[in-house]
Amino acid sequence: MNGAKIVVTTEGGQPVEEVTSNAQGAWDVQVEDPGKFKVTLDVSTIPQNAAPRGGVNVRTPTVFEGNCSTVLFPLDPKGAGGQPQQEATGQSSFWGQAAQLTFEGVNLGLIIALGALGLSLIYGTTGLTNFAHGELVTLGAVIAYAFNVGFSIQLIPAAILAVVVAGALGYGQDRWFWGQLRKRGTGTIAMMIISIGVAILLRNLIQFFFGAQTESFTDYNTQAGITVGPISAAPKNFWAIGIELAVLVVVGLALMKTRTGKAARAVSDNPALAASSGINVDRVIRIIWTAGGAIAALAGVMLGLSQSLKFTMGQDILLLIFAGVTLGGLGTAFGALIGSLVVGIFIQVSTLWVPPELKSVGALAVLIIVLLFRPQGILGRRERIG
Amino acid sequence: MRDDTMTAGPKATAQAAFKDLAREPGVPKPDPILVVDNVVRRFGGLTAVEVSHVEIQRGSITALIGPNGAGKTTFFNQLTGFDTADSGTWTFNGRPMNGLPAHKVVRAGMVRTFQLTKALSRLTVLENMRLGAQKQKGESFWRALVPSFWREQEDEITERAEELLARFKLDAKRDDFAGSLSGGQRKLLEMARALMVRPELVMLDEPMAGVNPALTQSLLGHVKDLREQGMTVLFVEHDMDMVRDISDWVIVMAQGAVIAEGPPSTIMSDQRVIDAYLGAHHDAPLSDSELAAQLHEAEAALEAEIHDPGATRSASTAPGAETTEETQK
Amino acid sequence: MDWLTILTTTVHAAIGWETVVYGLAAIGVNIHFGYTGLLNFGQAAFMAVAGYGLAVSVTVMNLPFWIGILVGLAAAAVLALLLGIPTLQLRADYLAIVTIAAAEIVRLVFRSVYFKDIFGGSDGRRGFNTDFYAMNPYPPGRYGIGPFGFGERTMWLLTVGWIVVLLCCLVVYLLMKSPWGRVLKAIREDEDAVRALGKNVFAYKMQSLMLGGIIGCFGGFFYGLYNGSVQPDVFGTEMTFFAYTIVILGGAARVFGPVVGAMIFWVLFVFIGNTLAELVANGYIPFMSTIQVGPIRYALVGLGFILLLVVRPQGIFGDKREIAIDAR
Repeated sequence: MNGAKIVVTTEGGQPVEEVTSNAQGAWDVQVEDPGKFKVTLDVSTIPQNAAPRGGVNVRTPTVFEGNCSTVLFPLDPKGAGGQPQQEATGQSSFWGQAAQLTFEGVNLGLIIALGALGLSLIYGTTGLTNFAHGELVTLGAVIAYAFNVGFSIQLIPAAILAVVVAGALGYGQDRWFWGQLRKRGTGTIAMMIISIGVAILLRNLIQFFFGAQTESFTDYNTQAGITVGPISAAPKNFWAIGIELAVLVVVGLALMKTRTGKAARAVSDNPALAASSGINVDRVIRIIWTAGGAIAALAGVMLGLSQSLKFTMGQDILLLIFAGVTLGGLGTAFGALIGSLVVGIFIQVSTLWVPPELKSVGALAVLIIVLLFRPQGILGRRERIG
Repeated sequence: MRDDTMTAGPKATAQAAFKDLAREPGVPKPDPILVVDNVVRRFGGLTAVEVSHVEIQRGSITALIGPNGAGKTTFFNQLTGFDTADSGTWTFNGRPMNGLPAHKVVRAGMVRTFQLTKALSRLTVLENMRLGAQKQKGESFWRALVPSFWREQEDEITERAEELLARFKLDAKRDDFAGSLSGGQRKLLEMARALMVRPELVMLDEPMAGVNPALTQSLLGHVKDLREQGMTVLFVEHDMDMVRDISDWVIVMAQGAVIAEGPPSTIMSDQRVIDAYLGAHHDAPLSDSELAAQLHEAEAALEAEIHDPGATRSASTAPGAETTEETQK
Repeated sequence: MDWLTILTTTVHAAIGWETVVYGLAAIGVNIHFGYTGLLNFGQAAFMAVAGYGLAVSVTVMNLPFWIGILVGLAAAAVLALLLGIPTLQLRADYLAIVTIAAAEIVRLVFRSVYFKDIFGGSDGRRGFNTDFYAMNPYPPGRYGIGPFGFGERTMWLLTVGWIVVLLCCLVVYLLMKSPWGRVLKAIREDEDAVRALGKNVFAYKMQSLMLGGIIGCFGGFFYGLYNGSVQPDVFGTEMTFFAYTIVILGGAARVFGPVVGAMIFWVLFVFIGNTLAELVANGYIPFMSTIQVGPIRYALVGLGFILLLVVRPQGIFGDKREIAIDAR
């Protein structure tokens, strides 16, 4: 958001600095001493069609010695008319808020599901619990960012390019790395630990090239919101949900109907048997890796679109992906989908009662509790966990 | 190995006990060590085990046979606490055992081996053996810290382990990693290790599977030896020659239930058994045809799964007792 | 190029506080992973609850130092119970996922504004090590040879630290030679076989989880005592993975493996980091900025970890034979 004026004062009201946000909507203020500050967003300087979320335009962050403190003013698009009352209709009632959060939860859940589907398919076919899957998500987002910002390609073609590149990287990863390890007979536990090394390597390489800051894509940052029933959101969110759903349905259908999909399910049931009935197991696994990398990249783009890009974004969502997969039952593709949706909605809706900074804590705690009572997950079967 | 006539004692006693028994499933035995009632285990919609009543005679060698997927290994798993039965009771030496976790079953005197041998690869053969001994003082955390608490007992255990290793002709391998042994040697080690527990009832799950013919005779001898030493043996086996050779009594399972019992000499002519094995080959070693049948069955199941769009991939275990038997490891 | 600084920091790293902290964390991981085969990916959480247990007891509740230590130890034991009960009966990867999730929960709770009054938010807690340094018998001064040496405070911390490290090694040595250790190693190989021999596998796994967690928790104490503070983000997943790298580097299931691994790890980490930083600062690597040294150093850890596991899974001093017969 360009050109918004932000006033920073100390807690007591002494002015510190006045800044204007840059093209990315980012701003920063250097302060001399640690302490509590009051940050005010000048509502008159933001675009006509947007309003700060919940009408809050004042924050009081505490800044510690040597650390930076982030103040974010999420802007919600307002209706075309831009009446100030717009906010009230969406946010005032408990149920309205719940509906809004559920909507956001569905979006997050579908993003998690995209990641979970790839993770679960790879787990199913190769037995690998891939701790580097989060980095595939980040990679997708960062590649799209590179095309979008670096080469000034519009986000949609940039995202498609990113998905293709990430698919190729997924293929390459299996062709030259995981496939080779499998051939050497590396055990699944060893591979799981190796995947941690891969995660550390990729994450830091991404940080090396991308930096530690938070970024966003150049397109679709400011969109006039639309209101559907109790939900108001930018059109991009509706589009995102549509695209996510479409991809999940297509992948689901592909698993059900196509030869490769059936073969993939056969391999995940019993690789040896699948191989003996003439299925080229290596080829199937390679396709799964390609598809897994591609849909993880899509998840990254969607995540970057709905939140922002950071080199840790994949790491952060990986645990939610695991939560979704475990909740649904490890290794069941459809369970992963449902589990992810549950996790996504739970996280968002829980902010009705839980401080937003702790929303992931709730989800992870539920994961542990579910394991206590139903270790096989929602759709899993008892005997599968041995 | 030992000549049977020389050791007529326990063998004769065992066979005398079975002499006048009816050839009926669930027939009461004169001195049962294990009594099983109404054990049921279901996987989803499939009933893998449904045994209404069966007794195992003390001091005998009893074979548990049945076509593939009859639920023999699943039944074993229920009895030994490795899987939880949906319902049913069983007593060992008169003591109820249902619901007991596996390690307590062992402590009661019922020890088992596995179809796929479980040698502890990165432990030496001797360490494998020592592990079998019960009530070790050094196995408690605090006492483990002070060697003088357990040193003496450890020496006794080592002595007993070495005796057993010598009997099983593994003494030359005592300091090798168990993972370096051949398949047959691992079977021997597993049996020897089970004996370290000092069990009353030894349950062997396919002791001959994957053992080369040269070792088979030696293994057979060891199994007979167990009876000579007063132990009771219950074993699952496919190989009818072996069953005929060493068992005193045979229990036949099919589709999860006990369908027939009888002495080995006549059991295979029982009409119920022939029916159960119909299509399978009951008087030859089954391995090859069995493998083909197994493959066929699994393929059919996979085919069914693929053509059923509603099935999630977890339905794979559904082909039933077949798979559950194979996947238990 | 300031080679002397690079040399001294590298030598210091070999016996420095990082080696003590991570060595202890790795001894714990070695008990879990190396001996018992448990995949605890939440070792950082054990260290965090220990450090915070001490810090919060002393600074917030004004309890004496030793009570703080006890609180930290108790917190680690409780955490082991909480993690172990739901997962130790399940397959290995479930423990991995749950422990990594638990570590994240612990970190997020510690850094949350909601609990700021207790844990101090992202700034953490400071000012709880006065009692520790009050016990320092070393008179003020510098102890060392030539350019190498430590101040009296660091000397005191390192003295206590290395005594604890050696004590932990002794405990591990005694335990792993005993029948108790034999059961753990057997569980690593095949827990069903152990169950079939009448051992209560769950109880042993729980003891292992607790012991390793508590040893790791000393690492958390020393971290807090050296730095004078605990911050939530220090105890991230990286800390756990460093500990794994160290264990595998030194050779899993070896008594001194984690100690040797920690030394090698920190020597390399500090040497490479400082050398790179110097090279960049002096313009020898034009395409890199000084901020980028951090990530590249971590990336190298990742790469080294992968290569180690692929090429020499038995570690630098490990016995090839043991790995060769590993069925997994």
